[in-house]
Amino acid sequence: MSSTSADRPVPLGGLLLRWSCLSYLGVVVLFPLTAVVIRALSAGPVRLWKEIVNPFAWHAIRLSLTTALVMVAISVVTGTATAWVLARYEFPGKGFVNALVDLPFAVPTIVTGLMLVALFGPSSTLGVVLSGFGLPVIYEQSGIVLALLFVCYPFVVRSVQPVLENLDPAEEEAAATMGAGRWLIFRKVTLPALVPSIVSGAGLSFSRALGEFGSVVIVAGNRPLSTKTAPLYVYGEVEGFNVDGAMAVSLVLLTCSLISLVAASKLAERQG
Amino acid sequence: MDIVVRNLSKRYGNFQAIDDVSFSIPGGQLVALLGPSGSGKSTILRAIAGLETPDSGSIELVGEDATNLPTQRRGIGFVFQHFALFRHMTVRQNVAFGLEIQKLPKTEIKERVDELLDLVQLTAFAERFPLQLSGGQRQRVALARALAPKPRVLLLDEPFGALDSKVREELRLWLRRLHDESHVTSLFVTHDQQEAFEVCDQVVVLNKGKIEQAGPPQELYENPASPFVTEFLGQVNILRPETILGMDLDDEKPLPVPIPGSNSGTIYVRPHDLEICRTRGDLPGWPALIRRLTPLGWLARVELTLPDGTSVHVQITQATSRELGLESGQEVYVRPRDLKFFDHTTEESGVVNYVI
Amino acid sequence: MKPPKPATSPEMTWPQRFLIAAVLAWFGLLILGPAVALVRRAMEPGIGRFFAKLAEPDAIESLWLTAKITAAVTVCNTIFGIGMAIVLVRQRFWGRRLMDGVLDLPFAVSPVIAGLMLIILYGPRSTIGSRLSDMGLPIVYHLPGMILAGLFVTLPLVVRSVAPILEEVGSDQEEVASTLGADWWTTFRKITLPTIRWGIAYGSALVVARSLGEFGALLVVSGNIIGRTQTATLYVHDQVESFEPHGAYVMSTVLAGLSFGMLIALEAVRNRTHRQEYGAEESQDPSVERKTIRPTRRH
Repeated sequence: MSSTSADRPVPLGGLLLRWSCLSYLGVVVLFPLTAVVIRALSAGPVRLWKEIVNPFAWHAIRLSLTTALVMVAISVVTGTATAWVLARYEFPGKGFVNALVDLPFAVPTIVTGLMLVALFGPSSTLGVVLSGFGLPVIYEQSGIVLALLFVCYPFVVRSVQPVLENLDPAEEEAAATMGAGRWLIFRKVTLPALVPSIVSGAGLSFSRALGEFGSVVIVAGNRPLSTKTAPLYVYGEVEGFNVDGAMAVSLVLLTCSLISLVAASKLAERQG
Repeated sequence: MDIVVRNLSKRYGNFQAIDDVSFSIPGGQLVALLGPSGSGKSTILRAIAGLETPDSGSIELVGEDATNLPTQRRGIGFVFQHFALFRHMTVRQNVAFGLEIQKLPKTEIKERVDELLDLVQLTAFAERFPLQLSGGQRQRVALARALAPKPRVLLLDEPFGALDSKVREELRLWLRRLHDESHVTSLFVTHDQQEAFEVCDQVVVLNKGKIEQAGPPQELYENPASPFVTEFLGQVNILRPETILGMDLDDEKPLPVPIPGSNSGTIYVRPHDLEICRTRGDLPGWPALIRRLTPLGWLARVELTLPDGTSVHVQITQATSRELGLESGQEVYVRPRDLKFFDHTTEESGVVNYVI
Repeated sequence: MKPPKPATSPEMTWPQRFLIAAVLAWFGLLILGPAVALVRRAMEPGIGRFFAKLAEPDAIESLWLTAKITAAVTVCNTIFGIGMAIVLVRQRFWGRRLMDGVLDLPFAVSPVIAGLMLIILYGPRSTIGSRLSDMGLPIVYHLPGMILAGLFVTLPLVVRSVAPILEEVGSDQEEVASTLGADWWTTFRKITLPTIRWGIAYGSALVVARSLGEFGALLVVSGNIIGRTQTATLYVHDQVESFEPHGAYVMSTVLAGLSFGMLIALEAVRNRTHRQEYGAEESQDPSVERKTIRPTRRH
């Protein structure tokens, strides 16, 4: 009954296409990944563990995880608010904002870093004012969070916005006819419908933030035990020819990133 | 015979979509494959088109074995439920597509397309894109596109399923007229009994991947071969034999239902085959209580309860209802004009006709 | 059906206005402010100095290298992206779900780690790497390695832009074409390709933008040899490291302008064509659901 065209035996051309595509995927993605796994196995778990618990590496991993978490916490609120405003209200400049939300996706990450330095850096007015209040941003941990906020801004917005736009207003109207106030409607009717998209946006943000390199390199100042995140640590170890150390931290990052992606998609599925 | 299907079977995992189906369709006829969803009708159609490969069986198109022929070389026209128009092409380009594939000369293509657009009354819309047309117009474009390369066989998969009821009715009559003019052998998949009856010369009723019965529509309605066909074609009251046998009937006028001792059968009576009387007359009747009377324009629907609690519904004309002065709560008598009996164990069936 | 837009400005309540203001302020501070600050810094010494900086040989050469890498990556990943989308959506085979998962892996991998992977697999100390290098085809610290890095990082973009459209459109149109006698190549050229063309354009534009701006993976793989393996982003990094902020700001402005301008232009063109084919206002049949098909956006 269903369109099971795929059930037909695939003609030769189709098989050829399939195998060339799978080979391509193998060469570009799967081989490098397996190479890392093999290399890691040959180094042995003890060696890798030692590399991970080395204080410098451990600090970098913890810093990456905490900055990403702080960013996600802020981004979930601001992202949902942005999506809400864009989906529900009309105001001057809306089209402009809507188009520019994607700016962080388009702009190279290292350029992001420079943008932030240009606005918040020690040589800018804003930077001087902030430092005057004892709140320097650039070359501090707060700068890392700022960079991650910029880079991940579109994730939550763009996953919540379409859901909000396609939400059936009848549910909210029904709640209103039963005498529910705006805030109650939002909490009991609208928000639950948005949760899956918020969760999936958060998962994507977190995973992306863990791996963020270009913007953080410029903004963070790269000080060991202070502002050196895990990707920066990996880069440093590669430069210093400590491939095992780089690999150990990479594996931790990869695992966390995958877990967050899978967990977010599972959660979103269950909620939806 | 233009389409011959022999012992066709197809399985998806644990689901037997088509189970040993054979039928043949004479040239020039318009035939319906009728059945509920999941009965395998679309799968059969797709197998004839070569869009689905059957596990076993053979397909013959206009005397040629087509079982292993690729779709492209079967010479068929196919119309999908959701039109499947090429969205990036205008109406004209859509209709011309099959002709361009055949590499016909440009002037010939133009002529044929104009002829078809005229046939489907869409000449004025030739330069529009599909999204700028109404549902009925889109389906007409799809038909014109399928007919353009002069297919040997036209296959229609629920062609009116996605349209609203008024457009659907118009398009049905139009399709019938079109067929009467063009005489292309057509196979038509539908789940709508009325559609099949209105449009087709022959109907093949399918259930669970098997053919239940095939024949001209009226014959199927009057002499259904199985409980499924009886239930699927029109409304029907389903009664257990005990309901009738156990009833306190007048000894002098017993109900001559040929029920063979066993109680394993089921009795089917159509709502319009029941008659309501205020008094027990010459013919046998069952006492019943009117529970509800619903006038429906020129018809009236009467819901009754028999003494053992079985509910039955009857269709009479509004005029009759008024004549009898029916009201809900009244005690009346019902008598069947025509009923069918199917025995589950022996698969015997009997039909009783009262001629009044 | 879109819900009617409630509450336009006249009936807006104060909390609503406050929310809009807050969102705009946040947006201004986080996104707009930095972008404007960058352009201002780049233009500060005057427009003449801007172009003079850009005309320096190092800058030109880095842009040229970036262009070469971007072209190679875009061509490969567009062609194979279309192929993979078709295989993923239209074919059923053992391992399809695995393929689906592997496709997304580059999203989960930090660019630096992507670079590390290539070094481990093709680096001068690996078996494959030294073998290839002996054959006169060194990968890491050379152009092939940088292209491979770009391929890895941008692999999912075209697939993920095209696959949802293929899925949404279904195979009906392709099947109709085959009943009308079209072979698979004609069907692909005349039916499938036009259907997914905006998905392809959008995906490739993302690939271009992403390869123009790729930094982490290239930094690890390239060795950053000025004039030979220095891309535009590496040039920016180099300028920052050598305390030449103006050069960094200038190149950054060029890169940001290029990638963002392209996406905006694409969006505008796409919206126009989209309206014609997927949901014109003049659609007379309200029962037909107007679905906009949007490629998923992810980086």
